[in-house]
Amino acid sequence: MRFLKIAKDDWTRGVEDLKKSFRVFGPVKEKEAYDFRLLDKGVLPDFSFQNTRLSPKSTVYPQSEILFEYTLDESKADHHVHKVPEKDYSPRVILGIRPCDAKAFELVRLNFDTPEYKDPYWLSAYEATTKVGLACDDPCSTCFCTSAGSGPYDEAGLDVLLADRDDHFLAKVLTEKGEAFVSAAGWNTEAPDAEAGFEKLAAEAEGKVPGGVPTDKLADKETVALHGADFWEDVAFSCINCGTCTYLCPTCWCFDIQDEVKGAEGVRMRNWDSCMFPLFTLHGSGHNPRATKVDRVRQRFMHKLKYFVDRYGRGIQCVGCGRCVSSCPVNIDIRRVARLMNEFEPAPEKCPA
Amino acid sequence: MSDYTQKIRETAKKLLSEGKVDAVIGYREGTLPLMAEPCLVKDPEKVDQLVFNSFCGVNLANYLPKRKDRVAVVAKGCDSRNIALHIVENQVDRERLFVIGAPCTRMVDRRKVAAAVGGREISGVSEQDGKLTVSGPGYEQTVDKKDVLQDNCSICIHRNPVLADEMLGEKLPEQEADRYADVREVEAMSPEERFAHFKDLFSECIRCYACRNACPLCYCPTCFVDESKPQWVGKSIDPTDTMTFHFLRAFHCAGRCTDCGACERACPVGIKVRQLTRKLEKDCLGLFDWEAGMNPDVRPPLDTWRPEDPEEFIK
Repeated sequence: MRFLKIAKDDWTRGVEDLKKSFRVFGPVKEKEAYDFRLLDKGVLPDFSFQNTRLSPKSTVYPQSEILFEYTLDESKADHHVHKVPEKDYSPRVILGIRPCDAKAFELVRLNFDTPEYKDPYWLSAYEATTKVGLACDDPCSTCFCTSAGSGPYDEAGLDVLLADRDDHFLAKVLTEKGEAFVSAAGWNTEAPDAEAGFEKLAAEAEGKVPGGVPTDKLADKETVALHGADFWEDVAFSCINCGTCTYLCPTCWCFDIQDEVKGAEGVRMRNWDSCMFPLFTLHGSGHNPRATKVDRVRQRFMHKLKYFVDRYGRGIQCVGCGRCVSSCPVNIDIRRVARLMNEFEPAPEKCPA
Repeated sequence: MSDYTQKIRETAKKLLSEGKVDAVIGYREGTLPLMAEPCLVKDPEKVDQLVFNSFCGVNLANYLPKRKDRVAVVAKGCDSRNIALHIVENQVDRERLFVIGAPCTRMVDRRKVAAAVGGREISGVSEQDGKLTVSGPGYEQTVDKKDVLQDNCSICIHRNPVLADEMLGEKLPEQEADRYADVREVEAMSPEERFAHFKDLFSECIRCYACRNACPLCYCPTCFVDESKPQWVGKSIDPTDTMTFHFLRAFHCAGRCTDCGACERACPVGIKVRQLTRKLEKDCLGLFDWEAGMNPDVRPPLDTWRPEDPEEFIK
């Protein structure tokens, strides 16, 4: 780990040099909002954002991705054989990822990289990716990263962390991938005294993040009692079961697999799916184990704030980015639900008459 | 507290304690400035959470189909028109519904407010005399409400409820408005330009279906995009599939859409979905002299046939 100083005068040159050996993704403003895009030659990441509208998870895990191609044309020798299409897993860098979103990759990894199963598509893309964070000095009012086990200067999942200092960036190089990144950009001005300053900035930024989303008692709750809590109907009433919360979430990982065939040529693809959709759990028999809106809303919160906590023992499946809070069309607020769940006490059992 | 808020609470309390309804559907204070959350109140002691303000843009008619209980619902002009449609389409039993009519004071688009304060964080908002006072870290700014209305509200010509069992106030004057200026612009385009326009319009769609699910008209048990035998539409974000969804959904709303703006309000990526529905609204007005949801006894034109229906478009 070491510190570098990157003068902003030298930024454009460095980013363009990076593009010689990396595919560079960064936030850009399109129409109304910021999102991560592959940056063409001459295009710089636009760091005047608070956070992007969609999380950067799609840079590794696209919303729609072809897994296999095949032909049903029996005159061809390879008919009915699944072939993996050519993919670009050359080195890529995400420039300006927020620390919460970087930590989210580590949570999503728990699903795609397990001792039993290794998802080749996700892992190949993940391993090809260098994540260069941009610390948050100006958090949103809907942010709660510090309550969710992350923070505005959190280094989890990052290879380099940048702090924006007027005419320069301070860079904390955290990994070997980070070293390769600064070397490719030609940034090598050491800033050995930066450590104390970095810590001070982090402390200041953490103080600005709205806090107070308690999650400390979730692990101790009895799952069945929490599942049966009396607040779920009220929490779920306004929900319209759209996919906004899950699609904007950096930690939601669920997908659906579909075959699309045109004539004799087909592809098998996976698309993001959402536990808010009735179709998500609809069985072939017609039975739906989560048939009602309350079932689905409860599942989303129980997964993120209880089942995940119990299964992995590393906190909640949420990094506090606040996207679901600010974009929900009907103002369902995970901060409020976390409080309800954390404070829940089951009603005392009644004595049998 | 607005007059409406006070009256909604009084009415809700009376209806619930007298056992006239099982529940009241209204709005409660949002957790975010510029938002209100639809809520259901069953206990007469809990009516004080109900509010009415300029952020109650969600169409509560969306919460009525398939309910088995007797409910009261707060309804603005557009909501009431959707209730009228629900009645015509047999989705709601009028006998079990109590409509609390709200002559609408027009709803605010929070994205426009955010733009008006230059994208700065908004931590509080208050409204008085047609002005919103918006505050955030280190600033306070006053915005004219008329400059930050939802697009549909700024051209609304039916703000008064078309049916109600109780009104929250006197009817408000209706405005004259040119409702179709932007539709005419699209109509004037060449087919190629128009296709490019729509392709761009829907290029950011993430297929979350917030527009569909916020819409009171979209109550089909299984939407055509969710059918699997046969599967009509692909589920990826392929532009053709995405446009197929939007175009077909819009056609299903022809002669039924009340331009309540729920679709645009819900869209997390800010797509102007109403460009499609308003073209259909304009056509229904021109062809059938029809405005949706104005009368709970008349079926929409595409749902019926009359000998005098125009048929010049059948070639």
